[in-house]
Amino acid sequence: MEMRTAFHKRLREIQDDVLAMGSMASKAVIRSVEALKNRDLESARHIVDDDQKVNNKRFEIEEKCIELIATQQPMASDLRIIIAILNITTEIERIGDYAVGIARIVVLIGDEPPLKPLVDIPRMADQTADMLRRSLDAFINRDTEAAKKIISEDDLVDNLYEQVFRELLVFMAEDPRTVTRATRLIWVAHNLERAADRVTNICERVVFVITGKMEEIGGSKY
Amino acid sequence: MTVAYDLINGNTRNRTKENLALLEHKKGVLDVRDLSAWYGNTLAVKHISLSIKSEAITAIIGPSGCGKSTFIRCLNRLHETAPGARVEGRVMFDGKDIYARDVDPVVVRRRIGMVFQKPTPFPTMSVFDNTAAGIRLTRFWSRRWELEQIVERSLRQAALWDEVKDKLHQSGASLSGGQQQRLCIARALAVEPEIILLDEPCSALDPAATLKIEDLMRNLIEKYTIVIVTHNMQQAARVSDMTAFFLTDEDRAGTLIEYGETSEIFTKPKDKRTEDYITGRFG
Repeated sequence: MEMRTAFHKRLREIQDDVLAMGSMASKAVIRSVEALKNRDLESARHIVDDDQKVNNKRFEIEEKCIELIATQQPMASDLRIIIAILNITTEIERIGDYAVGIARIVVLIGDEPPLKPLVDIPRMADQTADMLRRSLDAFINRDTEAAKKIISEDDLVDNLYEQVFRELLVFMAEDPRTVTRATRLIWVAHNLERAADRVTNICERVVFVITGKMEEIGGSKY
Repeated sequence: MTVAYDLINGNTRNRTKENLALLEHKKGVLDVRDLSAWYGNTLAVKHISLSIKSEAITAIIGPSGCGKSTFIRCLNRLHETAPGARVEGRVMFDGKDIYARDVDPVVVRRRIGMVFQKPTPFPTMSVFDNTAAGIRLTRFWSRRWELEQIVERSLRQAALWDEVKDKLHQSGASLSGGQQQRLCIARALAVEPEIILLDEPCSALDPAATLKIEDLMRNLIEKYTIVIVTHNMQQAARVSDMTAFFLTDEDRAGTLIEYGETSEIFTKPKDKRTEDYITGRFG
């Protein structure tokens, strides 16, 4: 017989909040690269402003976790879930910051002519946002296998990053006038690469919730 | 009492090698091997094996009726004092079986003391006499100054001295509940046991008195081995080093489900039943 219905209901509600926060960050990543593609400065400025909502959500979740720890003395897997939530929200918040980083670059680029059509950078953004969404599904479903699979997919993002980097190096080598624009795109790609690494940290926390083991699984090239 | 008297004074049938060995060793390690206990035909605990570490606090947790109290009453041969009660298996105390035929239960109980759920000071005795009661029972005689020393030392160990030093000759029953429980602990400590068994010692106490007893337990493990039965999981998590989780099986007999370091049991228990119990998914 379930003895702590109210407590477990609260814990589920907080996990719903984490999903909502994750969705905000993943949308921010996609929108930031769309703004880059479309030279949409207004959308970029919105992304910067909206980051406050992600940050506030994180504090709200943290406060709820602290309250549950203080009042409910959670144990075992309940305690691990709460600790994982505190870590996961930190990671999501940073992913939101990377989206903001990209949006700021968009503003910086302004109406400079595009260097080249963007192909791999939007792919990196899609892959990262998808990994984030699935990592939170794995958290909610307590799915170790899914979490480990997502960690292994970080290589895709790393490879795309490498490709973008090499391609832009060629541009810069051939025509030094492209250095500024190419460097800015490398910054964008770097932000996406870091965001994907944060997703792997989330996945490690999912494994911790299920097994109780804290371990680094895989490891990014960068 | 006679047996104790005889033994201490060394003039009797009970002065066997086993009993002397029991009195000489001072390590406080209890190794329980395949212990089962009955009340008449009812099996209360079944095939328990676990090793209790010395100078540490071991908590026994589990839902009501899972045999926690019966189990610790077997650890100092108190269980057998109940009508129709019976024990099988072995409890090795520093390598000697306390259930060996020639072991005197009174000696066992002197070395392995017990404090009960409700404070049990002798109501007609003063604070001083309550503390000295165990000594007077187990010793042939003591000089007054010697008794005074032991009483003061025991009350200090029980963190009660400062509160009662000016009322040593008032009735033990005049103290508050928390003080009475510490008086009972002082009484248990006075006979210098190596192990102290506490059967839900805080369940009748308010939070402040409870925290005081918990603090006291942490101080006592420098010298003693403590086993505590508690309903309060937070208490087990706060004070103990090792935790054993008991649960009744299909025969309604208490069995040991999981035993391990408290930090592990309360963060990542191995058995799903432990997990479900401590997270309140059943009770």
